[in-house]
Amino acid sequence: MNSELIVFLVLSLVAVGAGVGMIFSRNAVYSALFLVLNFITVAVFYLLLGAPFIAMSQITVYAGAIMVLFLFVIMLLGAESLAPSGELPWQKPLAYILAGILVVESLYLVFLQARPDMVVTAPGVAVNSMESLREMAMTLFNQFLLPFEVTSILLLVAMVGAIVLTKREKAGQK
Amino acid sequence: MVPVDYYIILSAILFSIGALGVLIRRNPLIIFMSIELMLNAANLAFVAFSRMYDSFAGQIFVFFVIAVAAAEVAVGLALIVEIFKTKKNINIDEMNSLKG
Repeated sequence: MNSELIVFLVLSLVAVGAGVGMIFSRNAVYSALFLVLNFITVAVFYLLLGAPFIAMSQITVYAGAIMVLFLFVIMLLGAESLAPSGELPWQKPLAYILAGILVVESLYLVFLQARPDMVVTAPGVAVNSMESLREMAMTLFNQFLLPFEVTSILLLVAMVGAIVLTKREKAGQK
Repeated sequence: MVPVDYYIILSAILFSIGALGVLIRRNPLIIFMSIELMLNAANLAFVAFSRMYDSFAGQIFVFFVIAVAAAEVAVGLALIVEIFKTKKNINIDEMNSLKG
């Protein structure tokens, strides 16, 4: 039992616990905060996997921007807790069964192709420095330049879409 | 020294939690958060494989997934706000018509 494995196990418990807490919280604000906790633990996993840039993007984009947007909308709509509707009572047990099947199925697939010999070690400080970031940027701007540009168009379209959707049309004015 | 399989198992479990959240919750905001959780689980598997094969392609896919998730959240939340303005209610069971 080495220290890295201990860190992994503790953090995975936190991540799974935060995920379960997110879907079972009565209050949507608590759900959002549990999700932030989950995002931060996943960011630490990225650091353990030697992806510091992805870890920082995870924290700034997911835990920062996206969750602030979520909290803003939750509070704007006052949708902290909705009264449970009595419709479709058979839906919940069925959902648990289906999710259980999904877990068993995916774990079975992982165990079927288990590669216990493949281990990853957390990189030292030297690997976490600018060198890996430089290599990643070289890959991004050479091999994946077109997808990168398409992403910028996608973000522009999303921005225009959000503005058009929420723009209030004045009565009698098209 | 953590086996890559552990990361994949964790990713599978997080994905299943997200799928369960989509199925059992009736609040569209929480359904959205569950979708984010599923995207995140997929990202974790991507980064684990990227490390396993010593290639940066996995990390760059994650970068694109994060950008797509940001765009999706912006448009999705705008839709939810707009539906709330029209129906005064965002319970997902009552969104059963395409009329405004």
